[in-house]
Amino acid sequence: MSNETWETVIGLEIHAQLATKSKIFSASATQYGAPPNAQASLVDLGYPGVLPVLNQAAVGMAVKFGLAINAQVTPRSVFARKNYFYPDLPKGYQISQYELPIVARGHLDIVLDDGSVKRVGITRAHLEEDAGKSMHEGLGAHSGIDLNRAGTPLIEIVSEPDLRSAKEAVAYLKKIHTLVRYLEICDGNMQEGSFRCDANVSVRRRGEVKFGTRAEIKNVNSFRFVEKAINHEVARQIDLIESGGKVVQETRLYDPNKDETRSMRSKEEANDYRYFPDPDLLPVEVTPEFIAGVRATLPELPDEKAARFVSQFGLSAYDAGVLTASRELGAYYETVVKDFPSDPKLAANWVNGELAAALNRDNLDITQSRIGAGPLVGLLKRIADGTISGKIAKEVFEAMWDSGASADAVIEEKGLKQISDPAAIEKAIDEVMAKSPGQLADYRSGKDKLFGYFVGQVMKATGGKANPAQLNELLKKKLAG
Amino acid sequence: MSIHTKTLPQLAAGLRAREFSAVELARHFLDRIAAHGPALNALVSVTADTALEQAAAADRTLAAGLGGPLTGIPLVHKDIFCTQGVRTTCGSRMLDNFVAPYDATVVAKLKGAGMVMLGKANMDEFAMGSSNETSFYGPVKNPWNPGLVPGGSSGGSAAVVAARLAPVATATDTGGSIRQPAALCGLTGLKPTYGRVSRYGMIAFASSLDQGGMMTASAEDAALVLQGMAGFDPRDSTSVERPVPDYAAALGQPLKGLTIGLLKEFFDKGLDPDMERSVREALAVYQQLGATLKEVSLPSIGLSVPAYYVVAPAECSSNLARFDGVRFGYRCKDPRDLMDLYKRSRGEGFGAEVKRRIMTGTYVLSAGYYDAYYLKAQQVRRLIANDFERAFGEVDVIMGPTTPTPAFGLGDKTSDPVTMYLNDIYTIGANLAGLPALSIPCGPVRQLPAGLQIIGRHFDEERLLNVAHVYQRETDWHTKVPAAYE
Repeated sequence: MSNETWETVIGLEIHAQLATKSKIFSASATQYGAPPNAQASLVDLGYPGVLPVLNQAAVGMAVKFGLAINAQVTPRSVFARKNYFYPDLPKGYQISQYELPIVARGHLDIVLDDGSVKRVGITRAHLEEDAGKSMHEGLGAHSGIDLNRAGTPLIEIVSEPDLRSAKEAVAYLKKIHTLVRYLEICDGNMQEGSFRCDANVSVRRRGEVKFGTRAEIKNVNSFRFVEKAINHEVARQIDLIESGGKVVQETRLYDPNKDETRSMRSKEEANDYRYFPDPDLLPVEVTPEFIAGVRATLPELPDEKAARFVSQFGLSAYDAGVLTASRELGAYYETVVKDFPSDPKLAANWVNGELAAALNRDNLDITQSRIGAGPLVGLLKRIADGTISGKIAKEVFEAMWDSGASADAVIEEKGLKQISDPAAIEKAIDEVMAKSPGQLADYRSGKDKLFGYFVGQVMKATGGKANPAQLNELLKKKLAG
Repeated sequence: MSIHTKTLPQLAAGLRAREFSAVELARHFLDRIAAHGPALNALVSVTADTALEQAAAADRTLAAGLGGPLTGIPLVHKDIFCTQGVRTTCGSRMLDNFVAPYDATVVAKLKGAGMVMLGKANMDEFAMGSSNETSFYGPVKNPWNPGLVPGGSSGGSAAVVAARLAPVATATDTGGSIRQPAALCGLTGLKPTYGRVSRYGMIAFASSLDQGGMMTASAEDAALVLQGMAGFDPRDSTSVERPVPDYAAALGQPLKGLTIGLLKEFFDKGLDPDMERSVREALAVYQQLGATLKEVSLPSIGLSVPAYYVVAPAECSSNLARFDGVRFGYRCKDPRDLMDLYKRSRGEGFGAEVKRRIMTGTYVLSAGYYDAYYLKAQQVRRLIANDFERAFGEVDVIMGPTTPTPAFGLGDKTSDPVTMYLNDIYTIGANLAGLPALSIPCGPVRQLPAGLQIIGRHFDEERLLNVAHVYQRETDWHTKVPAAYE
């Protein structure tokens, strides 16, 4: 929503829940959806006398992320206590990292609408534990506390204030979302809160060097809401300044029902967290050998894969980008191309076109696709060998999607095989010409546009099965007389 | 010799020889607790039933020819160690109703070694105090003179062993809380190296300083108990993965060639002249035993009290945040809302000294003050540790008084916290540097016990215990029992 007068400045803080089996400082399971407090041990409950012990798997995942964003991995990072009182924070402090985070100074490239590439700086990424959940509904005058989530490992990824629009922010957020799933360090489930984001938003007059005062929008849990929340907040700040007001530094909450943000607490009301190094935990030592070990487990990253798709399969950067948006989609496409190597572009068009539309319509992801890579290859082969036209192929695709049948079975059953016998096509042309003397005369007197009319009539007569290339050629000859 | 003045090896031998059973031993000490415990106010809980069960189990083990040097030996745990199914109060109203659902590692290990728990010892609230006067359960009296304090914070543990209500009591030491009461009650008290004994299940006061240890009559007894307590614990990241030596086997080594450092700064004008005389007499014994004395200086040691009273409260302010009335412990009546619940539960549940330290700690960690206080105190701490390291380049152990004076009167120092804090002036340094240190009784001062403090290098408990033991072979101060408890 930046306009000619105002420039938007955004930085994101993303919380990604690490996909460890147990919590970051206790042996409790991290699985989502257990009955309240079924996954809360004495450590998670903050019982007197208990102590945290770091889960090394979380360290490996954080390092993996650091390597994927070309960041510096801190050889000796330190856990600190962030002190504040809240019922879902059992110890009265959250164990986080403050002055020495495990990952520092990385970056990520995003593709903007105009196709240009923008590099977004990542200030830091640190390990911390999640808090529990307060539940205020269905308990009458009381509130409940579920500490299943307390102690779940998180990595907080803090970007530089490099983003200049809600769209850029969403592109960056999606890219991080893709990355953490590629790395298999986070399941990316936004409904369950495994991936969530706070946005720091400010506006300034174009040309101004200093940043404006920012507001932090808390816990926005979908891509769409992030865009809406930021756009709303930008408009609010511009209105405020233009009507003579001042933006105050504060934390705001986005209400998706009303599409507005509202103040949660001001800077004055903000907690003084009294951070200090946690004396219960030793500094996290990450050796070069450990880093090398983690590096060896890095998968092909989205940008690398997209570049390979462009060079290996001759795809456009756009198609390659779409196909690599998830590791599973890229794998699906590569399976298709492996058995259908003759036309990777055609394969890309179908995966990004009909298949993507069908998945989207039925709200499925690629792993749930009703047409697997094998059956799709069956369909592509029938297009390539001329058995069916591209147009008929769409009909076949729909039937395959609904019934689960193979392309050949659908073509056979519905009699959709393309007519490529010249005699049969000529016969159909002859019949159409006989029925349309007027149009024929007009065409021959110079109304070229009527060619389309004859194509349509013949297709209609053949149930759309006439081989389009042959039809064109034969029709031209016949109409010319 | 009565049964309660025997050493641990004598008790173990008696058990093996069937002179008495573990059940009889437990009963003997439980009877003493019943007779003397209430007057001394030394115990918060007495666990007679479980003690007799554990003793019976120890008897079965011994009858089978199994068990070790601690099997069947009774002990009392400081009420800071969590004990499954038994109330763990930490001397606070806040935990008056708290029954831990698990055993601290120290408790589990000593239970595993066959020791029999008789009860839980009174202590300063959350181990914050030097006189055992901050306990919610009231002050503990010094068995040598009921008008005097036993020291703190492990005052209950000290009174229990001094009155021979148990041969062993566990204790903890954050700034002197084992050594100072041991000195004031005429006992041997060992604070091991930070990381030697697991802190899991030991309710935290100041995590980077707290260390579990014990009080016994002698260094020989302490060596056996340390053997049972020490070792790496995967549940405590600050415990150190390092083999535990055979402490008892190392006892009795001659002291010839030992260089003892006399800490110049500890023999200053704050030291009671009678106390100095007593300590110097002990040093003379060491000289006769072949040790060499050498004066050493720790230039930064004078800053230990102020540094400690920044670091310890800072950590305590955070460690005690979990006592919020929500999940366990004291909860105020009919809270109006969340803030009221917090304020009144904590306001009513904690005593004055705990609140003072929470406030001090909160202040020193606040934005704008952190660098000036907490960070500076940590730097001082580093300097003190460096001082010790330098000194240990020249000497094997450092000796001096444990306290500036013998036991003082109940109520004498409660009105001025700083005067009280200065009682730990000689003991805090070892905590700041993480060093092992013990206090053993030396000659009395005006008929009251006095303590000689011996500080060692990291993980040099073997040498400390030996140095103490050899002295105790030459002297009998450690065998003295107050007349009323003989």
